[in-house]
Amino acid sequence: MTLGHKLLVTVGLSAGLFTNVFAADITGAGATFPFPLYAKWAEQYKAASKVGLNYQSIGSGGGIKQIQAKTVDFGASDKPLKKDELDKSGLVQFPTVMGGVVPVVNLDVVKGGELKLNPAVLADIYLGKIKKWNDPAIAALNPSIKLPDQAITVVYRADGSGTTWIFTNYLSKVSTEWKDKVGNEASVQWPTGVGGKGNEGVSQYVGRIKGSIGYVEYAYAKQNKMDFTQLQNKAGSFVLPDDTSFKAAAASADWKGTPGYGVVLTDQAGKDAWPITGATFILMQAKQDKPEQGSEVLKFFDWAYKNGDKTALDMDYVPMPDNVKNEIRSSWKQITGTNNSPIWK
Amino acid sequence: MTAQELRLKKQKQQDALFRGSTRMFAVLVLALLAGIIGSLIYGAWPAITTYGLPFITTVEWNPVTSSYGGWDSIFGTLLTSFIALIIAVPVSFGIAVFLTELAPTWLRRPFGIAIELLAGVPSIIYGMWGLFVFAPWFADNIQFLFMMPIEQIPETVASNILGSEALWAPLALVLSKIGYAIAWLFTLPVPSSLMGSQVVELPYIGWIFNAPPMGIGLFTASLILSVMIIPYISSVMRDVFEVTPAMLKESAYGLGATTWEVVWNVVLPYTKNGIIGGVMLGLGRALGETMAVTFVIGNAHRIPGSLFDPTTSIAATLANEFAEAANPMHIASLIYLGLLLFVITFFVLVASKIMLLRLQRNEGAHS
Repeated sequence: MTLGHKLLVTVGLSAGLFTNVFAADITGAGATFPFPLYAKWAEQYKAASKVGLNYQSIGSGGGIKQIQAKTVDFGASDKPLKKDELDKSGLVQFPTVMGGVVPVVNLDVVKGGELKLNPAVLADIYLGKIKKWNDPAIAALNPSIKLPDQAITVVYRADGSGTTWIFTNYLSKVSTEWKDKVGNEASVQWPTGVGGKGNEGVSQYVGRIKGSIGYVEYAYAKQNKMDFTQLQNKAGSFVLPDDTSFKAAAASADWKGTPGYGVVLTDQAGKDAWPITGATFILMQAKQDKPEQGSEVLKFFDWAYKNGDKTALDMDYVPMPDNVKNEIRSSWKQITGTNNSPIWK
Repeated sequence: MTAQELRLKKQKQQDALFRGSTRMFAVLVLALLAGIIGSLIYGAWPAITTYGLPFITTVEWNPVTSSYGGWDSIFGTLLTSFIALIIAVPVSFGIAVFLTELAPTWLRRPFGIAIELLAGVPSIIYGMWGLFVFAPWFADNIQFLFMMPIEQIPETVASNILGSEALWAPLALVLSKIGYAIAWLFTLPVPSSLMGSQVVELPYIGWIFNAPPMGIGLFTASLILSVMIIPYISSVMRDVFEVTPAMLKESAYGLGATTWEVVWNVVLPYTKNGIIGGVMLGLGRALGETMAVTFVIGNAHRIPGSLFDPTTSIAATLANEFAEAANPMHIASLIYLGLLLFVITFFVLVASKIMLLRLQRNEGAHS
């Protein structure tokens, strides 16, 4: 036996030993938006429970496909599936955290949060109908800012993404023209502008191109100190994006009445609500082939609901309200093992 | 059986085994190729039956209404590769001539290795350099010139170069006087009718430059591509230049030919097949390049209106949209695009082979 063989045998033996002593790691795949948080949670959970999480951030579409094919223990998506889609694939859905999508601008004359936009103006900019920053419609909202005679460059996500899904969902709600001409999807046919790949691509373009406007996730905008805008919400008040305004959007939502908690939090009523808010979701098979894996997944998210709020807030995600968390826990009863009994007790 | 017969038999078996295994490897490649084509057609079938061939000429990419057409991506792929070749071929030719004919012998080896190393740089590095370094510089220093009255351009360029803080002040002063004088000379040939108009407003050529100054788009993507394929083309050119028999070259030099005449009249005719092969190799790489192009092309599903507008390419579209495509028709259309890229690459190779054959035939006719 050579040294190499000995090493191989040792590694093999020890791997076998570990799997016997501890439960296998749980696997998940999907949305990129919550990936940093899930990774952090996984690290803390591993320290607490010795069970690891292997999460692949391959995108929401990929996550849905993987859970349908049962190659992972759970899938993750920024776009909630509707009831018929869930039923068709035999999936259960629940939200983990919320976040906001914020417009970011590169304008010399404004500092972060100064510029005010309303839904009609935002839609018209992205439709290519408002072409200059000193357009009367923008000037009317910002009488105190001397807006330049500068062309607006629209920046969007070139890759299909949940962020785009939330953003176009909002624009479709506030502008019938947007709804008819462009619509709501993870990638759409943009009437104007340039596409950056990922949040970092969009932020790089907005940072580089003078007079540009883009949209990124709040956590990303905040960590990169980008200049976001105020936005007029459904109640008519101008709000800044932060965890308070995201929570306000979640507060008025009808969680209980929506199948799979698939609430879309855009354009919510409520005086302080940030209008482009969204939750990110977990998808699991309602009938588990490997009940012990399924119950490990539920244990992980139960732990995250109990102990993960501070981590989430530190990373600029917004935790779910406590009453919603309890609702979700009771909904886990519909996930059953091979003998049709619930795996969550 | 004697020992010799045994040995002979063994050798025959070994031969058969060797022949069989090499044939298997060769067939494996063909099988792989057929498998790729088959799975592409299978995956693209829903899109092929729905859209048919008009898919190729349609400019439409709308995941919401689920209607797709690939002309913008195909056009972007062809145009970026074509412009990249226009830039890369003369530069590579210069590099190869310098390395084989002009550079001192001690410099040739390190220089050649350095250029070959460039080919080993991962494409994402080129993409990041393009996005973070080149695009901002290009937007701030070149593209903004297109938006100013043309008679001011030479002066602005001079002040950009000479206004640099790094220069020693008195020297900078003297240089700037000279620079401005030269700049002023450059403004003399501008006809008075064009005074005050911007580059983008010039008749006939203005549209080429008419795009928002972002540094991102068709031209930047082409330039990055050209940088990426220069190592391939130039190292093939260098290798084929080196096989030109020294006697031919020396005879030409002996007759009093200049270096240019030797390269143009002796080396080039002798090596044109190899040169075309190198160019095609570069073109093949440029057509399929993904990451670097995705970073800087602007990813807009539109036919560019100017050289500096954002557009997209097949590879960039696939890289952007494949992961999140959930609708079956979206996926099928993306695979259809992949199939078309495969076909385009195939035709490029076939065209290069035909060209090579024709060249060889012509050679026979002339001599």
